[in-house]
Amino acid sequence: MSMINDLISQGAQMLLVLMLAPLLTGFVRKIKARLLRRQGPPLLQPYRDLIRLMRKDVVLAENASWLFRVIPYIIFAGTWVAASLVPTFGSGLLFSWSADLIAIIALLGSARFFLALAGLDVGTAFGGIGSSREVMIASLAEPAILIMVFSVAMIAGSTQLSTIAEFMGSSAVGLRVSLGLALVALTIVAIAENGRIPVDNPATHLELTMVHEAMVLEYSGRHLALIDLSSQLKLLLYISMIACIFMPWGAAAPEAGVRSLAFGALTYIVKLSACGVALAVFETAIAKMRVFRIPEFLGAALMLALLATLLRFVSGSL
Amino acid sequence: MIAAALTCVAVLLALAPAGIVLATHARGSAVVYGASLVATLALCVIALSVLLDPAHPTLSTTLPVGLPWLGAHFRIDPLAAFFLSAINFGGAAASLFALGYGRHEHSPGRVLPFYPAYLAAMNAVVLADDAFSFLVAWEFMSLASWALVVAHHRESENVRAGYVYLLMASFGTLTLLLAFGVLAGGSGSYDFATIRATHLTPMLSTAVLLLALLGAGSKAGLVPLHAWLPLAHPAAPSHVSALMSGVMTKVAIYGFVRVVFDLLGQPEWWWSMLVLAIGGPSATLGVLYALMQRDIKRVLAYSTIENIGIVFVGLGLALAFKAEGMAWVAALAFTAALLHVLNHAAFKSLLFFGAGCVLNATGERDMERLGGLIHRMPQTAVAMLIGCVAISALPPFNGFVSEWLTFQAILLSPQLPSWGLKLIIPAVGGLLALAAALAAACFVKLYGISFLGRARGEAAGGAQEVDRFSLAALFALAAFCLVAGIFPGLFIDALGPVATAMVGNSMPHQAGLEWLTIVPIAESRSSYNGLLLFAFVLLSGSIASIAIHRLASDRLRRAPAWDCGFPDSSPAIQYTASSFSQPIRRVFGTTIFAAREIGEMPPPGSAAPARLVVDMHDLIWDALYAPIAKAIGFATERINVLQFLTIRRYLALVFVALIVLLLVLAI
Repeated sequence: MSMINDLISQGAQMLLVLMLAPLLTGFVRKIKARLLRRQGPPLLQPYRDLIRLMRKDVVLAENASWLFRVIPYIIFAGTWVAASLVPTFGSGLLFSWSADLIAIIALLGSARFFLALAGLDVGTAFGGIGSSREVMIASLAEPAILIMVFSVAMIAGSTQLSTIAEFMGSSAVGLRVSLGLALVALTIVAIAENGRIPVDNPATHLELTMVHEAMVLEYSGRHLALIDLSSQLKLLLYISMIACIFMPWGAAAPEAGVRSLAFGALTYIVKLSACGVALAVFETAIAKMRVFRIPEFLGAALMLALLATLLRFVSGSL
Repeated sequence: MIAAALTCVAVLLALAPAGIVLATHARGSAVVYGASLVATLALCVIALSVLLDPAHPTLSTTLPVGLPWLGAHFRIDPLAAFFLSAINFGGAAASLFALGYGRHEHSPGRVLPFYPAYLAAMNAVVLADDAFSFLVAWEFMSLASWALVVAHHRESENVRAGYVYLLMASFGTLTLLLAFGVLAGGSGSYDFATIRATHLTPMLSTAVLLLALLGAGSKAGLVPLHAWLPLAHPAAPSHVSALMSGVMTKVAIYGFVRVVFDLLGQPEWWWSMLVLAIGGPSATLGVLYALMQRDIKRVLAYSTIENIGIVFVGLGLALAFKAEGMAWVAALAFTAALLHVLNHAAFKSLLFFGAGCVLNATGERDMERLGGLIHRMPQTAVAMLIGCVAISALPPFNGFVSEWLTFQAILLSPQLPSWGLKLIIPAVGGLLALAAALAAACFVKLYGISFLGRARGEAAGGAQEVDRFSLAALFALAAFCLVAGIFPGLFIDALGPVATAMVGNSMPHQAGLEWLTIVPIAESRSSYNGLLLFAFVLLSGSIASIAIHRLASDRLRRAPAWDCGFPDSSPAIQYTASSFSQPIRRVFGTTIFAAREIGEMPPPGSAAPARLVVDMHDLIWDALYAPIAKAIGFATERINVLQFLTIRRYLALVFVALIVLLLVLAI
């Protein structure tokens, strides 16, 4: 019985993240527009965009290889699986033991590896510039998040995300300096990884500073839809990760009843909206950085994460 | 069993003189490589049977060769069995590849005799059970590989590579000779059993550790002893490059493990600091160097330095935990290191074979003249893609598993009591994470520039797919990368006896766990299931594909590339290898390589093109090797005077030398 419940809960999670991801993006866009005193697109606009893209023909560059056509599916599958392994409304996920936090990050790394290859496949200058900058950003963001994971994992005594979430929800955590540093580091990495301002601008085209959009310039139709959906999933994943590690309140425990699951879902929505609003405000308030200032921004995350880990090594209570 | 193993080695040795004769025959290379393939496969089976069933009888023997009072001792213990299987797995793959690749060799007489001798020597190093046989085999291995490095000696670069390699190899053997001298000094007996039984004073043990680190480290390519590696490994024919990078560096690791974990006994805690302080920077610097290269085989050679660094980080952690008596974590770190040894042997050989295929098909090693090979060599491209993903430590392939296990060992290190380790391990963990991310960047570049995009030269545009033997070797290794990635538990269990013998404990048994998960310590702590992850990704990708094709649209049109409305038909518009790594060069290179970009603008009014010159230095070469080379040059200039003396001055010199020697003896 509990197996079936778990299976349903895991399936619900997979569908939930897939359904919520475009809504979150639409929500952030709406808030940003309102902050700029614009009406903004309707909340459901990202869904309409995706459906329209899926129905269109794919226009493929003449020398695109088979890899170029497969990559959108690889990226989507990798991101979706990663997103469904991060606890959202409850921590009792059936398959959470199949990949711990390090593996989830590596899964996202695989998706990025293939995306960067896609940028190089057609052999255009824009694709190259996007890939080249993407791997530069990743070469700093990935170690930063891994070291951040080290510090959190050493505090919780586990790299399993569900175990970490349960530990963070318990009273054993206390107030720790290293957790604060880790939160800042994770937020910076999340901003960089999702290509938000000040690292990249998700709303621009045809600008020399762009990274993500340059890589996917040759994509169209259903391929583009999948890549867009993957980036929306990635944003949801990072916010869920921040919520589950640093805001563990309200999430349903494993073996919990329907009531606490519903309560968990409700708090999850609240957390998502709060983070979405924070992101929109942050993006509105800050200007885009020059591309070679990004390493300094990410270097700060790297150093903060390293400091958090070092503190944990030095003292068990910091 | 040992007799069978030695017979196989003897067969390989006998193939060497046969190679001289066969080199002139049309089918000579097929015979030599075919026989090498059979012998290495047999050795691999023997080693695996010993590894999986440690209760095997007659695992040691003494042959009446070598020193008259010593003989030559040979033994297969679990450690030797593991390394034998790794060596012969790589050797078999290289021989299979060479069945096809070797046909293109223009001077087979320079390769065929040395190839089997080289394989035999590597096996003999691992089989040896006394210091004398070990050193003889080690030096034989160095010389055989040197002969292969200078096989194409008409290229002046290769001659220089061979010269530097010979110097470094001699240096390495010298330090190992001294290490064994110190080890055997107490008892005067050179067989390993006696050495193991004697206990050295802390001072002497430390001396042995340092000498072993220098000797084995120079062969494995640890920074700062790496200078020869990126010169020598690419210079050899590609199947030999694969053996040198994928296999011979593992023999060096074997030498280090044998001396430090086995012969020296209980380690001191601060030894591990030394190993970690060398391993971590080797990993990061190796991959940074690799990123700056544009020659495919040099990228791969530098990336070997990175992977050796990762292995040494694992070994350093194992040493630390062993010294502090935490054998169960030591087993985890040690298993991670050995698993990475095996994984690296697989994917590095695969990548070197792929580079060999590219070299054969296009005659180019320079990425700036390649491109678009995925259209021309589709099968090679698939295998290479798997190799690139695996070496970038991405799930579900094998490289990720060993790095993941190393990270798990790092996460347990706050329990270590010593402060030095508490401070150095987070830094090493950071370096490892940095190396992993940079490796992904490096292999995006290698694959993206040479296999994707449009052909940058005529040679790349007219490339043809390679022969079936080469492809068989490529796909065998690619399949191994996937299998070892999704069934890592099998390999971890097989490494159990090795870890028990070396660090006194082994990782928990993995075979009985549900769904073939691996759980290094406890399930609440961490677990990973490559199989499920692979299945999930495959499943959700297929579902998405089927659903979209059925429900939405499956139409497709071909059109010219969009490129923001400015498509340029010239392939020169594409990103090149150097421009791809330019952002990373700007971030890391300005300090590590003292990299500078000098833009030379023509004077106003002139129509000459502007030029961009990138100035980079290998600071280690400048700071360490160049002064030594200069000092040696200076000294030899001075000593050179002695060649032009008159006869009476020579007589006087001999007389003085005699007096001095007698004086030394008298005192």
